Amino acid sequence: MSTPSTDTRRLFDVHRGAGAPRLASDRTPPPPATLKKWLRDMMLIREFELRCMQAYQDKKIGGFCHVYIGQEAVAVGCVAATKPEDPLVTAYRDHGHALARGMTARACMAEMFGRIDGCAKGKGGSMHMFDKPNNMFGGHGIVGAQTPLGLGLAFATKYEDEVMQNGRNKRVTLCFLGDGALNQGALHEAMNLAGLMDIPVVFVVENNGYSMGTSIHRGTTMAHDLKSKAIGYGIDAAVVEGMDVLECYWGMKQVVDDARERSRPWFIDLRCYRYKGHSMSDPRKYRTRDEEEAWESDDPIGKLERYMLENGVVTESETKDMWKDVKAEVRDCVAFADASPMPEAGELYTDVYMEPWGPYPGSSRPTFMGGAPNTPSFTAIDPKGEVL
Amino acid sequence: MSALREIEFRDALREAMTEEMRRDQRVFLLGEEVAHYNGAYKVSKGMLDEFGPRRIIDTPISESGFAGLAIGAAMQGLRPIVEFMSWSFSLVAADPILNNAPKMLYMSGGQFGCPVVFRGNDGAGGQLGSTHSWCVEGMYSNVPGLKMAIPATPDDAKGLLKTAIRDDDPVFFLESERMLGMKGHVPEGEEILVPFGQGRIRRAGADCTIATWGRPVHFALEAAEALAKEGIDCEVIDLRTIRPLDIGSVVRSVKKTSTCVVVDQSWSFGSPGSELAAQVHKHCFDDLDNFVHRVHTADVPAPYAYNLEQEYLPNARKICEAVRAATYNA
Ligand SMILES: Cc1ncc(C[n+]2csc(CCOP(=O)(O)OP(=O)(O)O)c2C)c(N)n1
Ligand SMILES: [Mg+2]
Repeated sequence: MSTPSTDTRRLFDVHRGAGAPRLASDRTPPPPATLKKWLRDMMLIREFELRCMQAYQDKKIGGFCHVYIGQEAVAVGCVAATKPEDPLVTAYRDHGHALARGMTARACMAEMFGRIDGCAKGKGGSMHMFDKPNNMFGGHGIVGAQTPLGLGLAFATKYEDEVMQNGRNKRVTLCFLGDGALNQGALHEAMNLAGLMDIPVVFVVENNGYSMGTSIHRGTTMAHDLKSKAIGYGIDAAVVEGMDVLECYWGMKQVVDDARERSRPWFIDLRCYRYKGHSMSDPRKYRTRDEEEAWESDDPIGKLERYMLENGVVTESETKDMWKDVKAEVRDCVAFADASPMPEAGELYTDVYMEPWGPYPGSSRPTFMGGAPNTPSFTAIDPKGEVL
Repeated sequence: MSALREIEFRDALREAMTEEMRRDQRVFLLGEEVAHYNGAYKVSKGMLDEFGPRRIIDTPISESGFAGLAIGAAMQGLRPIVEFMSWSFSLVAADPILNNAPKMLYMSGGQFGCPVVFRGNDGAGGQLGSTHSWCVEGMYSNVPGLKMAIPATPDDAKGLLKTAIRDDDPVFFLESERMLGMKGHVPEGEEILVPFGQGRIRRAGADCTIATWGRPVHFALEAAEALAKEGIDCEVIDLRTIRPLDIGSVVRSVKKTSTCVVVDQSWSFGSPGSELAAQVHKHCFDDLDNFVHRVHTADVPAPYAYNLEQEYLPNARKICEAVRAATYNA
């Protein structure tokens, strides 16, 4: 089978520290079922995001909403290179990661709608997607905030292995960030600590060329070679192709396996492009239509579809059915979100503390999370703050 | 000139910065997307064209770095204006803005002042969720050495910002994204300078004093109209600056009305609202018919869901309830 991309401008380009073992490069194509899953996942994210844009116009979704269209191969390829028990954390452009990690479209859309059936009961919103069962530790709204958290998640998995020996060995944390987050101090402190403490965290820079209206060359030094930022912290670094899910998977698999084996951090310059504006109110005057079209013609979904057709993995009628199926799933999730009730007013005061006190009369901690039922221990003040 | 010129809040802010940059070369603006993008909220629209990239400076997403830069530049004698896209993002710059700027003069025994203005959007109301909905006046007003202005209308926005830029101390200037499109009368071609520490009586009344600032001024006025129909005549005082705080205007009003409601969109615990209430209790102990009632944002992180956010924020209904309770009309 041939590889879908022969484009050489974004080859897997890697820098290793002295004495690091060779990476085990394995470019065996995954089995048909896996390819089909990846294709469907990418289709689902694309369709989901298109519907989000529509729902935002219809004022069903509020706040800030950042869609992932164009970057689908990144979340799907990276997640495929990890195990379900590997922690994942990302920034606010997070719907794609949530869906790729296995959050249902229903829970994700209901969250966007601010409804009780959302992954966070409608309390988090578009930028703050959390999914404990799928080891997705958020969506984080503050640029760069998730980078020390990613470090901490990875620290904890290592600590559990080495101190508590709980048998869930050698997890790797994927910590995604945008190219704009390269300029936050938090990332640099996190990278230094990761290098110093041998923490198995992979900092994945989704380098889509822009942070809002600022092209990467106007925003950061060494934009032509981001790896150099990590090399200074003694961290191995690589450039990985993000517009091709196979290349993304193959590159990330080597990296994740190495991080797991050696308990070392990595830094990835993952090249991709967001087709739409930064958020729902961005006229994109800072770039040309020609540039956008050049990237759109390199579309990761079309590319995988063609590859699978050429290699007899799917037929054209099968891919058509997949699109139909995905569209039906997304229509269903919109209807589900629309029908889901708004959180009751009392929800405002739940989940502030695990052990409620003072003005917090209860907690609606989901029962599947276990623990003793919460009983208010102190209720001298009512929720409105009035002394009773 | 046209006496009834109406402009948007964002235009008023731009006029203030532009006029001050024309008269003083030491003034410059820096922040994310302020230049080429014309401002994330179009406050600095066109300023790059007039002043060029040396004075209208785009920064990367490095709040700690560029806030610190501004403080250093101010110590050297320049007068920077720092735009935070949102005050919520100033939290990553907490050390420079809270630990350096307000203390520099004191620590240096009066040698180094910090004439810097930090400005940007503050407050909830756009369903932005917990991380993006900070009312930083709650925390930041606690720090001596800084001044804090929170305008409620375009004319005050212009007049207070011009005063802030000329002020020799660090000024925290809090705007609201919810209000940037609000229109109001701002006379053209006139020097408007609103002094700090002078409240503005937005509505005169005899029965109850409502003391507030920023966006809730409008909720208070709405509540006052509704209460007037019930025969409760409210006086609405817009304090305009939190540091300095015009306690005198509030005390004079309360001595007349004998009841007081404080409306503050930050959390109640250790807030400007609690400080104001404490001061009113102290100065009006013998005049008050009831304790000072307070309306705040609910004591929880900001929720995303529309209905929860509505319930979270102060609004006219909550102010009406508080006034009725304070005046024994409940
Ligand atoms: C500390 C902080 N400053 C500013 C912002 C506002 N902001 C949100 S996203 C963004 C651009 C980030 O770009 P990038 O990291 O490249 O991610 P992308 O949007 O391309 O996914 C900015 C400036 C923020 N959320 N947090
Ligand atoms: Mg980017």
